[in-house]
Amino acid sequence: MSAISATEKVDGFTRKSMRKAQKQRKSQGSSQFRTQSSLVELSPLPHLKDTPSTEQQVLFVQKLQQCCVLFDFLDSVTDLKSKEVKRATLNELVDYVSTNRGVLVDSAYPDIIHMISTNLFRTLPPSENPDFDPEEDEPSLEAAWPHIQLVYEFLLRFLENPDFQPSTAKRYIDQKFVLQLLDLFDSEDPRERDFLKTILHRIYGKFLGLRAFIRKQINNIFLRFIYETEHFNGVAELLEILGSIINGFALPLKAEHKQFLMKVLIPMHTTRGLALFHAQLAYCVVQFLEKDSTLTEPVVRGLLKFWPKTCSQKEVMFLGEIEEILDIIEPTQFKKIQEPLFKQISKCVASPHFQVAERSLYFWNNEYILSLIEENIDKILPLMFGSLYRISKEHWNQTIVALVYNVLKTLMEMNGKLFDELTASYKADRQREKKKEQEREDLWEKLEALKLQDVSNSRGLQIAQNNNNNNNSLTNAEEPNTSAAITDSVNSQTFNCAK
Amino acid sequence: MAGAEGDDSLYPIAVLIDELRNEDVQLRLNSIKKLSTIALALGVERTRTELLPFLTDTIYDEDEVLLALAEQLGSFTVLVGGPEYVHCLLPPLESLATVEETVVRDKAVESLRKISQEHSPVDLEVHFEPLVKRLACGDWFTSRTSACGLFSVCYPRVSSTVKAEIRQHFRTLCSDDTPMVRRAAASKLGEFAKVLELDYVKSDIIPLFTALASDEQDSVRLLAVEACVSIATLLPQEDLEALVMPTLRQAAEDKSWRVRYMVADKFSELQKAVGPEITKNDLVPAFQNLLKDCEAEVRAAAANKVKEFCENLPEDSRETIIMTHVLPCVKELVSDTNQHVKSALASVIMGLSTILGKDNTVEHLLPLFLAQLKDECPEVRLNIISNLDCVNEVIGIRQLSQSLLPAIVELAEDAKWRVRLAIIEYMPLLAGQLGVEFFDEKLNSLCMAWLVDHVYAIREAATCNLMKLVEKFGAEWAQNTIVPKVLSMSNDPNYLHRMTTLFCINALSEVCGQEITTKHMLPVVLKMASDQVANVRFNVAKCLQKIGPVLDSSALQAEVKPVLEILATDQDMDVKYFAQEAISVLTLA
Repeated sequence: MSAISATEKVDGFTRKSMRKAQKQRKSQGSSQFRTQSSLVELSPLPHLKDTPSTEQQVLFVQKLQQCCVLFDFLDSVTDLKSKEVKRATLNELVDYVSTNRGVLVDSAYPDIIHMISTNLFRTLPPSENPDFDPEEDEPSLEAAWPHIQLVYEFLLRFLENPDFQPSTAKRYIDQKFVLQLLDLFDSEDPRERDFLKTILHRIYGKFLGLRAFIRKQINNIFLRFIYETEHFNGVAELLEILGSIINGFALPLKAEHKQFLMKVLIPMHTTRGLALFHAQLAYCVVQFLEKDSTLTEPVVRGLLKFWPKTCSQKEVMFLGEIEEILDIIEPTQFKKIQEPLFKQISKCVASPHFQVAERSLYFWNNEYILSLIEENIDKILPLMFGSLYRISKEHWNQTIVALVYNVLKTLMEMNGKLFDELTASYKADRQREKKKEQEREDLWEKLEALKLQDVSNSRGLQIAQNNNNNNNSLTNAEEPNTSAAITDSVNSQTFNCAK
Repeated sequence: MAGAEGDDSLYPIAVLIDELRNEDVQLRLNSIKKLSTIALALGVERTRTELLPFLTDTIYDEDEVLLALAEQLGSFTVLVGGPEYVHCLLPPLESLATVEETVVRDKAVESLRKISQEHSPVDLEVHFEPLVKRLACGDWFTSRTSACGLFSVCYPRVSSTVKAEIRQHFRTLCSDDTPMVRRAAASKLGEFAKVLELDYVKSDIIPLFTALASDEQDSVRLLAVEACVSIATLLPQEDLEALVMPTLRQAAEDKSWRVRYMVADKFSELQKAVGPEITKNDLVPAFQNLLKDCEAEVRAAAANKVKEFCENLPEDSRETIIMTHVLPCVKELVSDTNQHVKSALASVIMGLSTILGKDNTVEHLLPLFLAQLKDECPEVRLNIISNLDCVNEVIGIRQLSQSLLPAIVELAEDAKWRVRLAIIEYMPLLAGQLGVEFFDEKLNSLCMAWLVDHVYAIREAATCNLMKLVEKFGAEWAQNTIVPKVLSMSNDPNYLHRMTTLFCINALSEVCGQEITTKHMLPVVLKMASDQVANVRFNVAKCLQKIGPVLDSSALQAEVKPVLEILATDQDMDVKYFAQEAISVLTLA
């Protein structure tokens, strides 16, 4: 976002050093137009508890209105007195709605919501650090937190008050209110996001009419995060809320929810900051599978499709998630995915990155997974054998070699006969693979030659091809074969696609 | 040609299709990237009847494969038999335009746009336009976003009934309930407006523009700012005030800084689009506000536009506007709290001097330049120094030299080597403008100090800098000032410094000419052939190869040849290698 300046072009390191310099200033104000001149000074109103109950309502509203005045907290010297008055008043208001019964009369709702909206709903400022890395960098904290925290606290108490009437509140806590609340989840301040999480959860619980809307908006935020910006600070919090929402889904699952799983949650595994919310994401996925085990196959295939190619850290996370899924998988579902899954696992155990290899070999310590493997050993052993056998001879890391030996031993005990056969044919198999590889290369070479020839014929190209086509349709000896091969392949592809 | 070859090419085809289904993604990807080869081998008819249907069914694959496929299909027209059959490509591209991954979808849309041009008007209505409609009405947002990019390519070439339908679809997408689609529509609004008839721009586009510009999502509103440029360009001047300006004014004061940033970023384009009168009345105050914005991002974007904005002001009132409205804001920005803002300003502020002329520059701008030259942030100082040439033309650089020197010295010794590198690059420019005397007195020692910097990149740049200085000041100057210093480094105890001598000679011999090279440089190089460090010795060989063409043949035969012959028998293999190379290049064997 910030201007690309001359030294950033000449000096790739400047940013890092600037980042360090910036760490010193951690707090941020909100992005608002502020009036330069100091506002009217606030003067303290009488205490609510010292006021006769008949006048309390009027005073309550006055106090709410007083709290609508905003202050600049980046400037730590101005308006000190007024800031203190507002802080005390907010404290009193929190106290008032959390301890007293009968204070939430209908007429107070608009003032309450107005006070909350005025304080909370603001445009978040640009990030101090354009390449903010939540794992490494310190987040910028909200400068006005002394007030904002109390407003959040107040909102929460208001929602939790036994007298709180969703039917009255829904006129004010509407779609627009929720939308603005959701925007705030992008705040860099983890304290703020934590409050928002609890509050949104309460709203989702109390306002049935807003539920579909909230889910749809979260959906939109996620899609934007995955496919457009790759940046949103509150993903983990939103996923945490979703985790408990999914838990409450009725069976059978609606198409909308399945779509959310397949088109949002699974692609979310591809994002850069996965480490920050993987635990919550995996929890959501597992929740879905616990609800409806028939989703196992599409989910596992989806994960395999997005399997990390270069990032070992992510690969370890994927393996962790697969283990969580295998922990709850039904044996019939397992059979459906064992082949593609163990092809991938066989690649993982052979990974030169020892953490990836180690994580996948740990599957063999899991009793339930072992029992699934044993049940299907005839299918799984041939998939795993090649990698394990090779790795047992050539992995650089001794721990991995030791683990592989244990795994090979376990597999041998499951089906010794098959194991011996595979050992015997190992060499021949490798040679066959090599030969196939050679054939492929030859084929492409031939094709390239054909292409060159065609290009050099340039004008003759069309005619030659027409000839070819005519030939093909005339020499029926070969033609049906080839087209059969193609139709076959199309069919088998369609079978593969069918979930 | 037919028989044998026909049979021969039949076998691979089945295998090829098999290749496209290979388990290994990398192999599938390779095959897809060579899809044109496969199609060529198949011939146009089988490509149409077998390959394309197969591809259409393969769409469930890794995004990387799909991306390659989407790209390939964009240039497949010839391979399916030319424009007559181009519509065969639509089914696979339609599926690709609906996938989730943005890169794939965008590529598919790009290819669709490309092949839309190859459709005949009839085919466009029969095949292409229905596809656009299907996408526009798709259930999932991806197909609707893709549709947004296709309206403008078919609109100009279809009948008026179809045109009306297209406008209707576009309207619907602009008010779609997913923000992703509205963003796609907003980003294509300007492009679509350009192909519409003016009446429809007024009746259709303006309401859409107004609505998108007040969308609830700032990510949509900011895209409307971009569209604003195209729309304003299309409308006659007298309509701008009523149709565009209310929205633009609102955008410049939007509560989201991202929208204001966009306005600042597009300011020059907006200024050109709305013309001089509106600029004077509306944009000047808006620009002032952006320069004073509460967010540094916005101020920096606006600061970047200061020069362009001033340049494009109407000539009759340019100076008054700059002096009374722009300059006061600029003055404040010089002491801004944010370094990005200051450095954005520093990169353009010098350009104002040509616009304002000598007197104003001396009176008003010079103090600002001087202040920025003393800024705490090296980037700001560098930006000023790198633009010195603008000021030089107007007032001469002397006015600045007093402040310039400390700034240069400080940058020359900056702890970050990339800052030092940047200032070295400006040395030849500075030397040219400050003159030889000033240079000898103040800057020469800096240039020599860089030769012994502990970072190689700096020593290398310093070497190159010397060459450029000699080009400016001449060989005689070189002989008197820099050659002795360079040569004296050949006795330095640090072998890296001794090597620097060789590198300098490499760079300088040609510009210094034969006499200096033979008389002064060659003896030193030859002496270094007996250095105890092998790296120095093989650099001697390389150096001799480099300066050989400058020397005359007697020196080559009598002095260079014997030394190279000794080096060619050195016990170090690198020294041997480079000595032999030099002997053969200089044909001394």
